[in-house]
Amino acid sequence: MNPTLPLSLILAYVAVLAALGSAVGALATGRLPGAKGLMFLLLGASGAAAVAAGLTALASAPAGGELPLGLPWLPWHVRLDALAGFFLMVVGVVVLAVAVYGPGYVRDFEHGQDPLSVLGAFTGLFVAGMLLVVLADDAFLFMVAWELMSLSSYFLVVYQHEQAANRRAAFLYLLMAHIGALSILLGYGVLAAFGGGFAFEAMRGAALSPLWASVAFGLAFVGFGMKAGLVPMHAWLPEAHPAAPSHISALMSGVMLKVAVYGFIRFTFDLIGQIQWQWGVVVLIIGSISALMGVLYALMQHDLKRLLAYHSVENIGIIFIGLGLGLIFLATGHPVAGVLGLIAALYHTLNHALFKSLLFLGAGAILHATHERDLERMGGLLRRMPWTGFYFLIGCISISALPPFNGFVSEWLTFQTALQSWQLSGGVLRSLIPVAAAMLALTGALAAACFVKVYGVAFLGQARSRRVRRARPVTFGMRSAQGFLALLCLLAGIFPTSLLQWLNAVPEQLLGRGLSAATAHGWLWLTPVAPEMASYSAPIVLLALVLLWWLSALVLRRGRVRQVRRCDPWDCGFTDGLPTARMQYTATAFAQPIRRVFGLLFHVDEKVEREAGGMRHQLHVGDRAWELFYVPVAQRIQALSRRVTRLQRGNVRVYLGWSLGTLLVLLWLIS
Amino acid sequence: MTANAWLLVLLQSVLFLLGAPLLVAWVRRVKARLQNRRGAAWSQPYRDLYKLFGKETLVAHTASGVFRAAPYIVFASTLLACTVVPLITVRLPSAAVADVIVLVGFLALGRFFLALAGMDVGTAFGGMGSSREMLISALAEPAMLLAVFTLAMTAHSTNLASVIDHQLASGLILRPSYLFALMGLVLVAVAETGRIPIDNPTTHLELTMIHEAMILEYSGRHLALMEWAAQLKLMLYGVLIVNVFLPWGIGTQLTLPALASGLLFVIGKLLLLGVILAVAETGLAKMRLFRAPAFLNLALLLALLGLLSNVILEAGA
Repeated sequence: MNPTLPLSLILAYVAVLAALGSAVGALATGRLPGAKGLMFLLLGASGAAAVAAGLTALASAPAGGELPLGLPWLPWHVRLDALAGFFLMVVGVVVLAVAVYGPGYVRDFEHGQDPLSVLGAFTGLFVAGMLLVVLADDAFLFMVAWELMSLSSYFLVVYQHEQAANRRAAFLYLLMAHIGALSILLGYGVLAAFGGGFAFEAMRGAALSPLWASVAFGLAFVGFGMKAGLVPMHAWLPEAHPAAPSHISALMSGVMLKVAVYGFIRFTFDLIGQIQWQWGVVVLIIGSISALMGVLYALMQHDLKRLLAYHSVENIGIIFIGLGLGLIFLATGHPVAGVLGLIAALYHTLNHALFKSLLFLGAGAILHATHERDLERMGGLLRRMPWTGFYFLIGCISISALPPFNGFVSEWLTFQTALQSWQLSGGVLRSLIPVAAAMLALTGALAAACFVKVYGVAFLGQARSRRVRRARPVTFGMRSAQGFLALLCLLAGIFPTSLLQWLNAVPEQLLGRGLSAATAHGWLWLTPVAPEMASYSAPIVLLALVLLWWLSALVLRRGRVRQVRRCDPWDCGFTDGLPTARMQYTATAFAQPIRRVFGLLFHVDEKVEREAGGMRHQLHVGDRAWELFYVPVAQRIQALSRRVTRLQRGNVRVYLGWSLGTLLVLLWLIS
Repeated sequence: MTANAWLLVLLQSVLFLLGAPLLVAWVRRVKARLQNRRGAAWSQPYRDLYKLFGKETLVAHTASGVFRAAPYIVFASTLLACTVVPLITVRLPSAAVADVIVLVGFLALGRFFLALAGMDVGTAFGGMGSSREMLISALAEPAMLLAVFTLAMTAHSTNLASVIDHQLASGLILRPSYLFALMGLVLVAVAETGRIPIDNPTTHLELTMIHEAMILEYSGRHLALMEWAAQLKLMLYGVLIVNVFLPWGIGTQLTLPALASGLLFVIGKLLLLGVILAVAETGLAKMRLFRAPAFLNLALLLALLGLLSNVILEAGA
């Protein structure tokens, strides 16, 4: 390699090698003492190096290089620009937290029947795959890394393979990941055919006709959208993410979906280049539907990890709303608003990585302490696991987009982008964007309702089962990983302007212009377009909130009666005992009014049966996407394969005849 | 100038704090007169608050720290929301700290903790109240955002002071979009402040209450804070309606006469709004819970109609 390798690339190589090293180290677990520690140490080093590489890349010019690997005529190209750097940073932060969290969490598996070495090895490969996808600068390395990421995560999903549901989820995941990969490959094929090479540099120069550009865009959107979990291609996501061990769920939901977002941005904004506004409309519509359907289905779940997985669909939808707005504005010649949309999407990408990993790690802590995933059996966990409860609350506030935490900032930026739609000239576009904004607003409000449900049922109230009553706090490492992410959520919420200054490098390198006005008024003020249009000062808001809290507490403490007396809750005057845990509202009961209002969108299967000694109520809420999109396709394929079986005669002469025929046709084709 | 302006923010907060119970007293009194009752004295809400502040505070054994923190967060976030809405003058420096989307966010933050507090004790009522409140707000919040977006699209700003400035500068134009947005916002305000026909602030009937169910377990100073926050919220929505949609009379300079006239005008407008609210509450009956979504969907549709008529008919004008 050349001696003047830039610092950012060196760090990125270190990150990839450390992740691979962690995979190798994992193979020794169970044989050598200390191998487990080494495995997580290397994983943490990989995360830290990736963060350092990302930050360096955001602050410097793009750096490229070639690896002495690959095909003879096509060496692997790597390139680290601001966009790749940003995503490296996102991956690194979550990997770092997972590496701190992991040692405590995998203790459960050490004495189980599934070897820890498998889990560790595939985790290392998975992280290395994600890092390489971001670094790749040609389609060949990109697809190899993409497959590495998909396949290793398949093995992570199927890790606890004793349960049939996990095997089924993993197979569905594998199937859809490969349909997606095929679509991406075809998309690259279009670009490579016109650009005359598999390197991204050649693809950037491809002169595409509008039709072929749209074809490439469509293929990429389907492929990356499938991996990102956009509706209706999301069906694998709520099955696969909960099946994996929780720290892997955090990686999959927090980071792997983001790698798909990266792929989409790289493909559309960078490689195709000439954007058409119709693409933005498609992305905006699909994004809005994903956001709304994701949160509605999340509300209906009572399995905590499944619920979080559906929230990933919602948040990916919000990210794609931002991207769609960006595409529309860029294509119609409004660069400021377009850059704002891209920035909003990137900001939400970072935020979602932070708070969704935090929430999955919290769900993992609950699972570790109680072996429960079902919300209906939880309750009162805040008193038993106070730190996890506190960090989980921060995660809930962040994902519900409440000020002054980070989720609010990115939704605010997305709204600000949507409010620029008065600049557009077409009446259709101008009326479409407000409708999308309305769906985003509805999504945000429903997400708050969902997380009131989650937190209220799991952490507040009284324990609903014996195992939850006996929950103990988790290890220090697990707690500190959650605390680290919670702190980052708060910081990203309070200092959006400083963060935007870093983020600005992405559109500057990608589109040739940044968002200079947003950060023009110092770290205190966030002014996306101009100060008289909109401004937000998160530090002042936090300060005012704390000050008002403190003042009101101070004044009240001086009141006539200072002491707080503990008493029994109000029991409506019944004399035989206090309200029991069974009288509490359950998660299903909490969501019942919303299920009733939005009933048409769900596949509700509700039965009441009379049994000896009482009634039995059954409720199952299914995903409508199955009956609308998947079952018909599966039926078609089955019918088609039934037709193909006619070839199967069991007579060897017929088969030989088919072989000869195929050979002849192929010979005729190539001659 | 700036120091004075920030003093004005302080003054406005005090006006909100003192005025909110008075507005409630006014609505109650007009309502009582309409129902041929004499009604309580003007000072009754103040006396209630004073009484509650002096009483012993009870907290259930099953409650956690969230229950004790919630009143302070609800109160602080509501008061903070009040400080960014121009009350007597447009020249309000705090309007730049938080625009109207952040304002909606403050209210959502308070509601989030209010609903959590309802679930904290672990009784059926609290959960019921929280569940219903989150349903209502999930439908009301987008309607409110759309209504304010209509204003923001016209004024090309989400800063409330700029929106009002734009309104004053463009004079009295009857825009269809404003009318729709105003109607939507009024419906949202009724739902969010827990008035008839969505919720009844005076009921403690188990099956119908929403807001009261969530704060059923509160007592003493905690209850006082919750009650005060609810009163602040009523006044906040009132000021939002009268000052943003009908801003005439609001002070545009930082001079004493301008401020005084701004104060007089806003008092007059709020009193009038109180009368309308009392009349509506006397004439209407409370709806069943599952009729409320239809009411709120109407609000959402009106607000969306406002926004669409703005972008289609009026944009560029």
